[in-house]
Amino acid sequence: MMAAEMVIDVRGLTKIFDGRKVVDNFDLRVPKGSVYGFLGPNGSGKTTTIRMVCGLLIPDSGSGSCLGWDVLTQSENIKKKVGYMTQKFSLWEDLTIRENLNFVARVYDVPDLEHRVAETLEHLGLSARAHQLAGSLSGGWKQQLALAACMIHDPELLLLDEPTSGVDPKARREFWDNIHELADRGVTILVSTHYMDEAIQCDYIAYIAYGHKLIDAPYAEIISQVGLYTWRVEGAGLSQIARKLKENPQVEQVTRFGTALHVSGQDEAALQAAIAPWRDNPELHWYQQESGLEEAFIHLMNTTEDNFQ
Amino acid sequence: MTLLSWSRIVAILKKEFIQMRRDRMTFATMIGIPVMQLIMFGFAVNTDPRHLPTALIDRDHSTFSRSIVKAVENSTFMDIDYRPSHQATAEKLIKEGDVNFIIVIPENFSRDLVRGQRPQILVIADATDPSAASGALNSFDKIVNSGLRRDLSGNLSYLAVGPPLVNVVLQRRYNPAGITQYNIVPGLLGIILAMTMSMMTAVAITRENERGTMENLLAMPVRPLEMMIGKIMPYVLIGYAQVFVVLLAAKFVFNIPLIGSLLLLIAVSTLYIIVNLMFGFLFSTVARTQMQALQLTFFLLMPQILLSGFMFPFLGMPKWAQYIGDALPATYYMRLVRGIVLKGATAVELMSNIWPLVLMMIIIGALAIFRYRQTLD
Repeated sequence: MMAAEMVIDVRGLTKIFDGRKVVDNFDLRVPKGSVYGFLGPNGSGKTTTIRMVCGLLIPDSGSGSCLGWDVLTQSENIKKKVGYMTQKFSLWEDLTIRENLNFVARVYDVPDLEHRVAETLEHLGLSARAHQLAGSLSGGWKQQLALAACMIHDPELLLLDEPTSGVDPKARREFWDNIHELADRGVTILVSTHYMDEAIQCDYIAYIAYGHKLIDAPYAEIISQVGLYTWRVEGAGLSQIARKLKENPQVEQVTRFGTALHVSGQDEAALQAAIAPWRDNPELHWYQQESGLEEAFIHLMNTTEDNFQ
Repeated sequence: MTLLSWSRIVAILKKEFIQMRRDRMTFATMIGIPVMQLIMFGFAVNTDPRHLPTALIDRDHSTFSRSIVKAVENSTFMDIDYRPSHQATAEKLIKEGDVNFIIVIPENFSRDLVRGQRPQILVIADATDPSAASGALNSFDKIVNSGLRRDLSGNLSYLAVGPPLVNVVLQRRYNPAGITQYNIVPGLLGIILAMTMSMMTAVAITRENERGTMENLLAMPVRPLEMMIGKIMPYVLIGYAQVFVVLLAAKFVFNIPLIGSLLLLIAVSTLYIIVNLMFGFLFSTVARTQMQALQLTFFLLMPQILLSGFMFPFLGMPKWAQYIGDALPATYYMRLVRGIVLKGATAVELMSNIWPLVLMMIIIGALAIFRYRQTLD
């Protein structure tokens, strides 16, 4: 792999709130033009990390650069080239759609402002509703407007904090199409989410919990790095089997997927031994399969929970 | 009664108490405001002011003029703080608000007194605030005459009885008819501006916090000074609108003459507006919510109404209250606006009230910028 240019390169980021390390010794390297997914449960430190990268919070320790500027001392330069979409809708609800875009464009000194805003409205499909108050938009539209607003100055880096929460599936798909289009044009995107199914949209994934990065790898390597084995079983009487398996210490996870059951564990042989009593049951169909991301992340959570909580 | 559930009432009651306890600022306001009011109304405010500063021009330098001074000082209405030798110096003192009264004892006062010619004593009062002057003026005649009589003995004792010895001539300066509105309406401008200017800025900024739009603003490359200027400029214009409404009302509704320069009035009003906006900006760096911002403005507003000389004569307050008043922008603006409107004072004459406002603007502005957080920390 070619040594890519790093858009974000920070080391040892730490943030303490009220004596609690919300982000602890966090390293992050994001290559240019990639879609970098930040996954993790609520309260894991995703937002805090993003805020430190764009200069909204001052790290208690750590250092590094963003777009070649020092995150500690040159956040003013960083801000000009970064588009940040907050988790909560943070445009002005008492301004119209056009007024919001005008304002943002003006703050960033966007050249040919009127044309740029008109173009954005056109692209959004909101030209006809441009005079409507932003507060009157539905959740999905608000999210699209916010995304459009944080891109109006053609940023080189987009920081998106849970941009798809509360957005319907169709809008989410359109959103991700948009993101990939941007990445193709060389924009780097750091996006946080707690939807597992969105992880597959990312080139790289960092999974965060309790302020620690549990894994950080290209999407395709996550599963093999975790080293988790999974069997899938279909058939009758699964509830009973699930109950029994959960009591077995060798079985780490038993999860229901529709009419099937996923049984995972770290030790391949021990897992086989655990399911052996039901393997020969003719009413059940067993297959070994690759573990899913969700199983991988829950595994990571389970194995690290005790260390950090 | 089955319609009312005691447990539901208790549930709401408990929740209210918890929230009240959490909201420290409201709690402080509920305790702090009554305490402030008690202190200000109980000790500082004085509707019958005593010890008002007075300038004496004594052209007679006699035993009699000395007994008049003694009588006046014993009355506690006036304190003879200045003894200028020229009328012009005394005029300057009253115009700049350093004294409330000028007493002039003319030449040949004792000679005329002994001859029973009822010599005149001239008392010039600053009547911009009619209530401040009235106590002293009403009793001045009696104080002087009875004070003199006490000193008349021996071969002058024939003067001790009979008609008043002295003819007191009163001159109510700046507001000869003693119209209260002359004092209140221009002063009100200071209160209106103090209230709305600091409140609106503070609320406009905390609103961004409350609605979560501050995070967006902070992520943008906006510098604190750009933010401050952009945030307060619109309110300067609103402040001007308020000034013009009050001035128009003063002229056409209350028939208050504008003796001084309108341009100077606008200039000092601009300064005062900016000082108040800076206070608002400073409050917004302390308050987290719009409600807290309002409470902070109220804390500043109360002393500005009571201790600035707006409602009660400034020089009639105890010294400690005057020191507090000296720290309030409204105190200086009251003198400026009254000085310009009623006394026709010039910028040079008012300089001692202009520079404190400039100083406040710089200090409060610097403090606000210093406190303004560019991050969410």
